[in-house]
Amino acid sequence: MVLSSLSPSASRAAPGRTRASRPGWASPMGVITLAMLGSLAVLAVAGALSWGRAADRPDPSAVLRGPTADHLLGTDHLGRDLLARLLSATWLSLLPAVAATLLGAAAGITLGALTAVVGGRARRLLGALINLLLAFPALLVAMFFAALFGAGAGGAVGALAVACAPGFARITQTLAAQVAGTDFMAAARVLGLRRHRLLLRHVLPHIAEPLMLSTTVAAGSALVALSGLSFLGLGVQPPSYDWGLLLSQGLDRVYTEPLPAVAPGIAIVYAAVAFQLLGEVLAGAAGRRTRPHPEEEPGARPARAGRPASADHVLEVEDLRVVLPTTDGVIRPVRGVTLALRRGEMVGLVGESGSGKSLTALALADLLPDGARATWATHRFLGADAESSSRKERRGRLATGMAMIFQNPASAFNPSLRIGTQMTEAVRAHRGTPRAEAVEQALVQLRRVALPGGRRLLRSRPFQLSGGQRQRVAIAAASMMRPDLVIADEPTTALDVTVQRQIMELLRRVRRDDATAILFISHDIALVADACDRVLVMYGGTVVENLPARELAVGARHPYTRMLVASVPDLAADRDRPLPTIEGGPPDPFGAAPGCAFHDRCPHRLDRCAVESPVLSPLGPGHEVACWGPLPSAPRPGRNETEEAEK
Amino acid sequence: MKEGTGLALYDVTVRHDGPFGPVTAVDGVSLEVPRGTTVGLVGESGSGKSTLARAVVGLDSPCAGRITVGGREYRGRRAADRRRLGQQVQLVFQDPDTALDPRMTVRQSLAEAAGAFVRLERRSREQRIGGLLELVGLDAGCAGRLPRQLSGGQRQRVAVARALAVGPAVLVADEITSALDVSVRAALLTMLRDLQRRMGFAMLFISHDLAAVRHVSDVVAVMYLGRIVETAPTESLLRGPRHPYTRTLLSAVPSLHAGRRPAGEPLLAGEAPDPASPPTGCRFHPRCPVGPNHRPGRDVCANRDPHQDAAAQPHRTACHFPSRADDRPPHAGGVHQDANGGPTPRTPGEPPS
Amino acid sequence: MTTVSPRLGALARHHPWVVFCCRRAVRLTVSLCVVVTASFAMIRLVPGDPVRAALGVDAPPDLVAAKRRQLGLDHGLPEQYRQYLRQLAHGDLGVSLVTGEPVADLVRARLPATLLLAVLAFACVLVVALPGGLLAALWTRGGRRPRSELAFTATTAVLAGTPDFVLAAGLTAGLAVALRLFPVAGDIGPQSYVLPVLALAVAPTAVLLRIVRVETLKVLATDQLRAARAKRLPARTLWLRHVAPHTLTASLTLAGNLLPALIAGTVLVEKVFAWPGIGSAMAQSVAAQDYAVVEASVLVLGSAVLVVNFLVDLALALLDPRSVIRRT
Repeated sequence: MVLSSLSPSASRAAPGRTRASRPGWASPMGVITLAMLGSLAVLAVAGALSWGRAADRPDPSAVLRGPTADHLLGTDHLGRDLLARLLSATWLSLLPAVAATLLGAAAGITLGALTAVVGGRARRLLGALINLLLAFPALLVAMFFAALFGAGAGGAVGALAVACAPGFARITQTLAAQVAGTDFMAAARVLGLRRHRLLLRHVLPHIAEPLMLSTTVAAGSALVALSGLSFLGLGVQPPSYDWGLLLSQGLDRVYTEPLPAVAPGIAIVYAAVAFQLLGEVLAGAAGRRTRPHPEEEPGARPARAGRPASADHVLEVEDLRVVLPTTDGVIRPVRGVTLALRRGEMVGLVGESGSGKSLTALALADLLPDGARATWATHRFLGADAESSSRKERRGRLATGMAMIFQNPASAFNPSLRIGTQMTEAVRAHRGTPRAEAVEQALVQLRRVALPGGRRLLRSRPFQLSGGQRQRVAIAAASMMRPDLVIADEPTTALDVTVQRQIMELLRRVRRDDATAILFISHDIALVADACDRVLVMYGGTVVENLPARELAVGARHPYTRMLVASVPDLAADRDRPLPTIEGGPPDPFGAAPGCAFHDRCPHRLDRCAVESPVLSPLGPGHEVACWGPLPSAPRPGRNETEEAEK
Repeated sequence: MKEGTGLALYDVTVRHDGPFGPVTAVDGVSLEVPRGTTVGLVGESGSGKSTLARAVVGLDSPCAGRITVGGREYRGRRAADRRRLGQQVQLVFQDPDTALDPRMTVRQSLAEAAGAFVRLERRSREQRIGGLLELVGLDAGCAGRLPRQLSGGQRQRVAVARALAVGPAVLVADEITSALDVSVRAALLTMLRDLQRRMGFAMLFISHDLAAVRHVSDVVAVMYLGRIVETAPTESLLRGPRHPYTRTLLSAVPSLHAGRRPAGEPLLAGEAPDPASPPTGCRFHPRCPVGPNHRPGRDVCANRDPHQDAAAQPHRTACHFPSRADDRPPHAGGVHQDANGGPTPRTPGEPPS
Repeated sequence: MTTVSPRLGALARHHPWVVFCCRRAVRLTVSLCVVVTASFAMIRLVPGDPVRAALGVDAPPDLVAAKRRQLGLDHGLPEQYRQYLRQLAHGDLGVSLVTGEPVADLVRARLPATLLLAVLAFACVLVVALPGGLLAALWTRGGRRPRSELAFTATTAVLAGTPDFVLAAGLTAGLAVALRLFPVAGDIGPQSYVLPVLALAVAPTAVLLRIVRVETLKVLATDQLRAARAKRLPARTLWLRHVAPHTLTASLTLAGNLLPALIAGTVLVEKVFAWPGIGSAMAQSVAAQDYAVVEASVLVLGSAVLVVNFLVDLALALLDPRSVIRRT
């Protein structure tokens, strides 16, 4: 989520970007592939011209010879030079394979594209037909049709085209169905565009690339299959020849002379691998556009002296930073977050997409994605410093003291494991609780979250529950350990408002009953204000304001917080007033510019804001702001502020 | 209901093929959106509001009922029928990431829409595109960009521009703000209201976000499991919701301003049932706080379908035991009246203007 | 097949397994009909006169006519089809055009050898590729060890591109002829299985290795794995309980598609090793233009493939109960 939201601004030139994505051809694999394909092309053209004569010249005096200086691979039963035959067979092997692939692709793609265009009943019939044809292995179908069409090169090409058409049809059908289901296709249909235009303008450009890819791979398989048919005697017939026939003839004398059998085999493998690698490189080039490059981050800031430990703090973090390598360079989604949670406190972490709130949570829980790295000045959980304890101790403390609840209850459970297993496995692994006792505990927790069903529920699997039920189970599972801290990352975003209210009620109860601290992460500022004791507002990877939740509506001092609050449509606000908005775009994810991340959008900016980044400093009791010119504390609505600013 | 005004739906029913047989996603919905006004359609997931949107623009075909635009019915599945409908009704989608063809620049997308029904010369096309971009508050420099080079809010503006390019009589906005950040959302809502004032199209604004709906709508309709349970002018609905579902829905909306939170509305139990097998009678009765599960003797809810009040009434509800208008509303005190209304009650947190 | 009547819908809701099995059975039946019809049509559609081709150009005309009568080729097509089905129901596959032996006897004698070869090869594929792919993913996850990843990709690409019959020829030349480690041809005890199984298994193993690795990497990137990591289970539990089962279901679906191709591949490999299976019989009869045997081989191999497909589907449904609901 974080990465996708960054892509628009990431495409702008930014100083953090150091290396452009490399084209697939420049990799060693690309070079090798190009060399192999080039040599095949040269042989296909030059082979027949240079050695075609020699390949057909019989020599009765040198029949079935082994390798000699004259005949490097020996001669066949008519005394023809096998090396010349092998080389001049290149185009005889490649051309039919390419022809069969193109024929099959044309037929298959037409069939598959038809499914996207025709009406419901015809589409289902076509789909069933494709399914039926796909049930048979291509080689068997090819053999059947080769026998039917009569042995010979033409028959084999036709048979192979028939055999590989269903595969193309299926790929086309799948790809076209994917495109047909998109919103932009629906929009085009609502515009009343005609069918051929839909196909040419919207469907084909999207499926062309993967189709090219599969055609390449199919050409390799076709070459192998054609050789196989010739090998069986169903393909090319003497006196013509290709690699498969040469292999077959060589195999008859493999007991005495292995080379005549091995050489055509190597040729077939060489060509097959060349096509395979071509597919690989093409797919890699397509995939590289989305795959990040791991990159070394220039050294993080030296750690500052941490604050002294406080007894009633569950978690204390100072100057947390996270760097994340992406395709466009290293981004810095979290740039110095400082926060502390007291026992039993519910703190909201609120921010828009790209503010770094989710990565902050993952960094706190030591669950950052591969490649991302976190640094900090202080990181103290349950009174123990992260630096001063071993990795194992730290893991143990996190395991028993911290639990997480994730945004999407549909994907946060292992779909194939029973609910009971997933609820009890942590307790059993870390506390060594026997199974029966763990199950009893799970039942107690399920009752607490008001889920009926007891043991039957424990035996069910996640897909049998609704979204709200799953989130309840997630809360029950999180409380199994009686953790000191629960990090809830947008736990209600995927749910309906009425269910959201139930879940919030449960979180409140967990916090009240177990004195658990809760870090509640959300983009919904109204929800956070409603549910939490304290609110941390994040912007551009830093906490810009830390204030009591009840002051959020009117007492915010940071310009960003004020504007954010004012822009929330409220059920009780005056409808005829325009909603104030925040001009400008999201902050630069590379975070290279000095100064306050908000200064370019801030109506109250000072000269200092562009040069020096403000630090979070206390303003009043329980109120901290990171701003060089905090707004006056007079409780007046942010709405007036921004209107003035706009004038 | 008067014919000839904007969009009108009469007893529209839409069925899908679900994995276990047909699912009635929209069940006998009647709704009117006069020209120049906005009707907000509110409902939770599975209530059928997106299916309704697709039916209105012709992506799904209703199996019963009539949909008219400007008094005319557009039936038929042929391309020509679809084109005639497309000239009248346009749709803006929820997800700005997928609503635009990722391979087409903004200019190409808009040109395609602008040229869908009228042939445009190169120069007038450029002018039209410039005008459309200006309309949605984007600068002309955006025209050459691909969707992935735009932010979510900008993409959604382009999607609105594309929909308005054909000059439709009806605009259907399906959850267009739910994928956006708060600050961007406000700007888009304000823009939509302005555009409507200037262009006078009828708008069906679909959302699960009551606050957003309230901000743009003149009339709000609440959907539950394929049916409309309550329809009323916006302020009337917010001030005096009569259907128990509307009341619980309103009370579940979190508010920034502590103290305005309604007290006493009970927590709704469970979740909306599967639309494939809806409950008998009133579809809300198993969860209803004033239904047979809480008030013995109200068996009528489980047995008989409540029908909406007569169409002539401004505030209609489909409930056997609706709350009376003078019952304590969930958001008492916090609701301003319409511009032409009387003096507005104020909350303590707000200063006089 | 999305339109279902309400009653069928109710049945699907309450007994998804019944509906699932019925659908699969119907699909199997239809496919079998196609195979039967195709094999019936084969001898009647081949260009020229198959009987004359089998008996030789200089065969006396009355012998050819007698043979045609014996095969029932002198009747009308519908009657021929009816007779064909009747014979098939009694397990009669006709007689070889060349040797005059009943084809059913040939199939009965040779089918077990082919199936054994295919099953052994498939078992090898699974045993090597499933843990191998998992380990490869573990080793190269999150862009670690890019060199190993490149080596893995290159090696598997080459192996996957090596056709089985070419590999069979190479193995024969190298290990059987030159080094004399294994018998060159025929079935003369357990050691003669090594080369054919190896030749059949290498390419599918390489393909499956790549699939398993990619599937594992996909699983590693899911939300549910992040949730599982949040529980900080021991690494072994995490991998065996949360990663491996997922990878397995996804990979086995794709492995199921490899099995039919593997059965078809036996035809070529059996020819190289002169293996006494149905595939080499087919290859020989193709050369001899003995279409009665080719026809029967197509029927038997095709049906075997379909039955295997059916069984794979059922096995997958058992492994992943959701697929029953998803795919009904």
